[in-house]
Amino acid sequence: MFDLSPDEAMAIRLSLRVAFWAVAASLPFGVLVAFILARGRFWGKPVLDGLVHLPLILPPVVTGYLLLVLFGRQGPLGRFLDETFGIVFAFRWTGAALACAIMGFPLMVRAIRLSIETVDRRLEHAAGTLGANPAWVFATVTLPLILPGIVVGIILSFARSMGEFGATITFVSNIPGQTRTLPSAIYTLTQVPGGDAGAFRLTAISVAVSMAALILSEVVSRLISRRLGTP
Amino acid sequence: MTLQVEVAHRLGAAFSLDARFAGSGGLTALFGRSGSGKTTLIDVIAGLIRPDRGRVLLDGRPLVDTERRIFVPTHRRRVGYVFQEGRLFPHLTVRQNLLYGRWFAPRQDRYVKLGDVVDLLGIGHLLDRRPHGLSGGEKQRVAIGRALLASPRLLLMDEPLAALDEARKAEILPYLERLRDETKVPIVYVSHSIAEVTRLATSMVLMSEGRVVATGSVADIMGRLDLHPVTGRVEAGSGLETRGVGPDRAFGLTVLRAASGDLRVPYADLPIGSRVRARVRARDVIVAVRRPEGLSALNVLPGRLSEIGAHDGPIADLRLDLGGDVLLARVTRRTIHDLDLVPGKEVYAVIKSVAFDRHSLGQAVSSESRRP
Repeated sequence: MFDLSPDEAMAIRLSLRVAFWAVAASLPFGVLVAFILARGRFWGKPVLDGLVHLPLILPPVVTGYLLLVLFGRQGPLGRFLDETFGIVFAFRWTGAALACAIMGFPLMVRAIRLSIETVDRRLEHAAGTLGANPAWVFATVTLPLILPGIVVGIILSFARSMGEFGATITFVSNIPGQTRTLPSAIYTLTQVPGGDAGAFRLTAISVAVSMAALILSEVVSRLISRRLGTP
Repeated sequence: MTLQVEVAHRLGAAFSLDARFAGSGGLTALFGRSGSGKTTLIDVIAGLIRPDRGRVLLDGRPLVDTERRIFVPTHRRRVGYVFQEGRLFPHLTVRQNLLYGRWFAPRQDRYVKLGDVVDLLGIGHLLDRRPHGLSGGEKQRVAIGRALLASPRLLLMDEPLAALDEARKAEILPYLERLRDETKVPIVYVSHSIAEVTRLATSMVLMSEGRVVATGSVADIMGRLDLHPVTGRVEAGSGLETRGVGPDRAFGLTVLRAASGDLRVPYADLPIGSRVRARVRARDVIVAVRRPEGLSALNVLPGRLSEIGAHDGPIADLRLDLGGDVLLARVTRRTIHDLDLVPGKEVYAVIKSVAFDRHSLGQAVSSESRRP
């Protein structure tokens, strides 16, 4: 029963590509924002914190619509990016990746921020007394110590991206081969007669991918903790 | 090396630091009770705290000078720091920890080799392990090695033994003595343990409530009876500078020669010919006005009573001059009255051999510290 039709296989490949790029492109920003929220002391911090967490609370449809307004071809950011860099999000798989990145961002930032908050800053001071400048301290002490948080953030954000539906379909629609990701494909199959078998196959794959992500995150973070000697 | 510190810093509403001292080579002990500002002071020297006012000069160059708006960041000071809790990097092996600071010092300034440090501290068997499996004493030795391998111009140590039990302390003290004597790096050593300071320090800075109360040689400061409220009464004592002259093999003792006579201590393995600083607690000393006979105590040293400390309570401290060495003795006020003790009187100090434990015998105090 797991003979996938070409359309179904395409949806899976697309989903993996979208999720990969959503995570890869948002990771540097995720680490940066997590750092600012964990360590920074500035006036607008609650606003930034709220903004980052907004996609978690808002209906995905609203997030998708806001993305459409901002990043659509006629939207202010969309037009700017198109004219200056030739980057187009509207109705492309890149738009799906953007929607997934935004939806996964709060999960990623939360996981990384928590791990930054548990880093013993006295270790960073110790590295400073040994002659390491702040950039080196970050690369050789802070980053390795927050690695478990980063891994968990990556996996959560990836799993979220694999399951993202509302914002994606609102922002970039449901175009086969371009924006029809795994959830959109399942939704489409449930809307047509005789689509049940296909929907079930994709659902099983979706469940398997999510389970694998959770188990992987558990295993990886346990491995890293063992190396750090903090069971 | 010269270190000049003159800083003022306010921490919260309750505590303010206003301290000045100068150090020059050897091991300078910052001594005082918990909360007297010792750690704050070395954090200022390390650059971990930016002082409100003042300056820190190392060999004449400013590390911080608030008037001239100079603040050299921690990583450019080349001031090593051994923390109370080690602070080893948990994600690195012992070897990687040791070598962490190695590449940051300019090549021509690197004066420490991994092999030498490993030998000095006896940590060769730990190199491939990770910090979480090490004992407290091993961690502290690795932390000392790590700080040394950054080739620091000055080494700060913040109560490196405080978190360890007596056995571990005894394990590390000899390494600290070797560090002081075999490397040229000057050390500022924070401690509230009078035993450690007496054993290790070449000079000391006495602190109380954020102020420097006295600076000078250990013998001078510990011999000052007026400072006992700050140095702590219970543990008060003095260090006799001696030289091991021979074993007393039949009984497993070693004979140490002090300025005014010989001391017998109950250890057979002290090296002959080397200098030993023997710490004697004031309450372990008996004072006699005639040479006593028929005593179990083996050590009777002649001297002169030079000062009687405040004695409004039942107990008083006496300062004895034993051929140039200072020895403190604690007696009751009644003793002073009954023996008619007055400054200048000839007395004998009686010290039981068993009053010396291994902790109180420090070896090879470097030459600057030995008073003429």
